Amino acid sequence: MGNKLRFKGPKSGFTRKIPLYIMLTPFLIAFCLFTVIPIFSSIVLSFFSYDMVGKFDFIGLDNYFRMMMDDDVFPVSLKNTLLFAIVTGPLGFLLSFVLAWLINEFPPKARTFLSFLFYAPALVGNAYFIWKILFSGDSYGYINSFLLSLGLITEPIIWLKDANYIMPIIMLVQLWQSMGVSFLANISGLQNINGELYEAGSIDGIRNRWQELWYITFPSMKNILLFSAVMQIQASFAAGTIAVELAGFPSINHAADTIVAHMMDVGTVRYEMGYASAIAVFLFGLMAITRIVIGKLLDMVGK
Amino acid sequence: MRREASAVRRFTRSKAGNVVYFLFLGVFGLFSVLPLIYCVTSSFKPLDEIMLFPPRLVVVARPTFENYLSLPNLLSNLKIPLSRYVSNSLFVSILTTALYVFISTMAAFVLAKGNLKGSKIIFMIIQFALLYTSYTLAVPQYLVFSNLKMIDTYAVYIFPYLASTMGVFLMKQYIDGYVPNALMEAAEIDGAGYFRIFFRIIIPIVKPCILTLTLFGFRDVWSAVPQGTIFSEQLKTLPQVMAQITSGGIARSGSAMAVTVIMMIPPILVYMISQSNVVEAMSSAGIKE
Repeated sequence: MGNKLRFKGPKSGFTRKIPLYIMLTPFLIAFCLFTVIPIFSSIVLSFFSYDMVGKFDFIGLDNYFRMMMDDDVFPVSLKNTLLFAIVTGPLGFLLSFVLAWLINEFPPKARTFLSFLFYAPALVGNAYFIWKILFSGDSYGYINSFLLSLGLITEPIIWLKDANYIMPIIMLVQLWQSMGVSFLANISGLQNINGELYEAGSIDGIRNRWQELWYITFPSMKNILLFSAVMQIQASFAAGTIAVELAGFPSINHAADTIVAHMMDVGTVRYEMGYASAIAVFLFGLMAITRIVIGKLLDMVGK
Repeated sequence: MRREASAVRRFTRSKAGNVVYFLFLGVFGLFSVLPLIYCVTSSFKPLDEIMLFPPRLVVVARPTFENYLSLPNLLSNLKIPLSRYVSNSLFVSILTTALYVFISTMAAFVLAKGNLKGSKIIFMIIQFALLYTSYTLAVPQYLVFSNLKMIDTYAVYIFPYLASTMGVFLMKQYIDGYVPNALMEAAEIDGAGYFRIFFRIIIPIVKPCILTLTLFGFRDVWSAVPQGTIFSEQLKTLPQVMAQITSGGIARSGSAMAVTVIMMIPPILVYMISQSNVVEAMSSAGIKE
């Protein structure tokens, strides 16, 4: 109790900072438990064989060799994931900028309405189920009956069970939902560019919209564009959910299996945690490299 | 602080340019909302109208609430009333969002204004971790759940989302942009402790960002589907039931549309409330390297 005296008068540096540690701790605990530890434990586990009940067996790089050479599904799921990311990532990134740029000129009320219009599919998260019904395989499916009535097809197509169509459909649905957080950030970034920059630009000889976009808008928004790119990488590599919901797992001829879906199957269904961790590590690495490359690319904008 | 960009009209467009401009917006706008409109109208159609050939997009000849009213019966074979799923969803989403916003705001304040050693490095790690969400982390997280005996409890909905870095990231950037250091210094000279500064000064200033995080948090948790971690029917949320109903084929598509509409309403309401703050809050969302 005698210690109480010490707290009188101006507080000492550390005592004063105790509230700061208290406020930071809850987040740090959650972050460590559910992000840092999972990432590091999967790096360690990827060198072991572990089925959740038995003991850990150190097997070196065997999980990685198995991934590359002994797993029939992995190469297919890698190919699908890359294809998916290469198409929907850049397209989603571009669309979320272009649409924000196009609606930027509208008066505020119209802009608010249009933002809602484009953001709505991402806002209502699970609504991609609608596409399951639109693409339903019988002639009552909206898209089938539409094409039938136009005479473009003569028999209903079982869209979601056809290896030729399933990937494009999943990409379409992903794009439908890609005007999310990055779209909102772009709208906001465009609104906040200092108008004087444009005035100065026109004195410096900027003659049209495109030059203005390249020399003023892009450089002013570089940080927002990087944020937006990160959001799109995150979404396009994690595309397992939409794929599983629409195509099932395993999908027809594995045509729509993604790395995430494969990892879930190996991990939470077959409990081969060591191997699932190796797949996870591979995916984390792939995403990190993409992120770094895009950071470098954006550095070149406006130069 | 904001300028109306529309006030500065600088370049005009050619006629052809205008056509392309409005065509692009129109086509994309329709692509965005037509599926949603079709979903809403279909949810009010009787079965024979849904099965009408060719289907109608907007017109409903004999509107009915049958699809909504039949939802509880449809689920009766699951032994769990629909209301249980709805209340689970609301409980999990509201609690998680509240905790998420509160925890993220506190941490962001400390990282932005606390001058603690290591703050910069922690924030850099957080910024990089934006890349990884619970979908990519699902399998490694599963091990943590299992070690902490969290499998098949409400905890799997709540805790992983608290680790989401988006909240801390956006809030820290916002505080950097909108809370002047002079204000902090003035408060410190007045002898205010950090808790007092946080609740009395920071919270009122960052309100737009709080509303924005509420929107993002609610939207994510509301639609989250746990990956292999929830087995008990009485712990399941609406998205999981939705998956069951929507795989019921054409005969159930009316009900599937109805449950989808129900799912759409809460996030849209939250958006309506927070919408005017989002643009302001997101302006500081850039990643600085």
